[in-house]
Amino acid sequence: MVRIFDFVGAVGLFGLRVIASAFRIPFEFEQIWRHIGETGLRSLALVVSSGLALGVVMTLHTRGALVMFGATAMIPKLQSLGFFVEIGPLVAALLVAGRVGAGNGAVLADMRATEQIDAIEALSMDSFKFLVVPRVVACVIALPLLTTFMDFCGITGGYLSEYSISHISLHLYLTRAFQGMEWSNFVPPTLKALVFGFIIGTISCFFGYTTNEGAEGVGRAATSSVVVSSLLIILADVMLVKIIFLVFPGSAA
Amino acid sequence: MSGEDSIRLDHVSKSFGEKQVLDDVSFSVACGEAICVLGRSGTGKSVTLKLVLALLKPDAGHIWIGEDEITQLEGHELSRVRRRMGFLFQSGALFDSLTLHDNLALPLHRLTKKSRDEIEEIIDRVLGQVELAGDKQKMPHELSGGMQKRAGLARALVFEPDILLVDEPSSGLDRITASEIDDLLLDQKVRRRSAMIIVTHDLHGARRLGDRFVVLDKGRLVGFGTPQELENHENQTVRRLVGGIRCGRIMSALGSSS
Repeated sequence: MVRIFDFVGAVGLFGLRVIASAFRIPFEFEQIWRHIGETGLRSLALVVSSGLALGVVMTLHTRGALVMFGATAMIPKLQSLGFFVEIGPLVAALLVAGRVGAGNGAVLADMRATEQIDAIEALSMDSFKFLVVPRVVACVIALPLLTTFMDFCGITGGYLSEYSISHISLHLYLTRAFQGMEWSNFVPPTLKALVFGFIIGTISCFFGYTTNEGAEGVGRAATSSVVVSSLLIILADVMLVKIIFLVFPGSAA
Repeated sequence: MSGEDSIRLDHVSKSFGEKQVLDDVSFSVACGEAICVLGRSGTGKSVTLKLVLALLKPDAGHIWIGEDEITQLEGHELSRVRRRMGFLFQSGALFDSLTLHDNLALPLHRLTKKSRDEIEEIIDRVLGQVELAGDKQKMPHELSGGMQKRAGLARALVFEPDILLVDEPSSGLDRITASEIDDLLLDQKVRRRSAMIIVTHDLHGARRLGDRFVVLDKGRLVGFGTPQELENHENQTVRRLVGGIRCGRIMSALGSSS
């Protein structure tokens, strides 16, 4: 139990240090841009293909139930609400946790094991600001963008699936999908994606940066990054949904 | 602290958990002097170097770099003092995602206001010194062990430090390549009058480079002096390490039978 509190405290302090360092000059724009490329662009194919596939599958599942009630016209709306509010942010975050979280954890742990982090400090540079902060900031920026891609790919997948069955026009599908949609359906989940990005960046960098156990530590850092950040994303999702319903009552409708 | 001393360790102790790695260690290094730290594996030699560079904090004691007590410094002040020191890591510790050129350019770009041309000039000069001028676009994994050591030394020299900390310069290298690295270090010592702390197991190299030896055993300083002074030291470990005396049951048996 004490170890759990130790861990929570250490991660909390690490996260606070990230926030404090992110607002201190130099701002490391070059590194942030590079990591947005690593985090965002290289995850794009994974997010797009997953979004399309999920869109198709979700429509296939919901169609069967809605046909029984004669409510097939609700399919586009269900699809868009499902993706914008929950599936998009959550699945994009879990995919990025698997791909980027493991990468950050392994790369930083390897740099620690091979004394590269010590070498950065020996050269009078702030290794935390140079290695950790840009990775976390890149995750925070990239995840809402990837979530948006996931949302639109999910709707596109849903449309393709629905078109193959009912030959619905794109115009009609989109009209039904976005009918009655409000900013409260779109903004809070995007903010949720920011929090998920922070969790992925902070947890993966924490395990990578603080390990000091050689080759075995590299593997453990990668695994722990994925497991803990995925778990925290799901737990945070529960709390954030409650908070969103409190702050944006319209989104609960 | 003596005005001549570049580095001074004053009653320094360090432990990791239950294990005491350094216990009340004191010694000093003058400008232009090379101190070789000898000792069996796990006696705190590399930890000593990391303490001098403030990569680790001592549990007790003080470490002076010139007039600065490095254990008390943080932020820009620590950065200023560290820039006086170059560190050659045992593995070279080159940044494996950057070319050799970028490994050297990174600290210069980030920490100085030098122009691009000036930085290129420095890189060409230090790579020339370590005979790697033709390899600057290579990635670290394309370099041999000896080349990585030389590249690590080149990176340690970009700020023209007046203190060099060297961790196992000859480990994993053949005698000829190790001797070339020793030549480069000797050149720094003579030409730039750099103060050096060299952690090594290579007695041949240590005798070429070191003015004085520090001998550590189980975290304690058991011998400090010139090689000649230590050859007849009362402590057996010191005599064995400095004299290069081979011993153990097999060597004793061979000795008695011959």
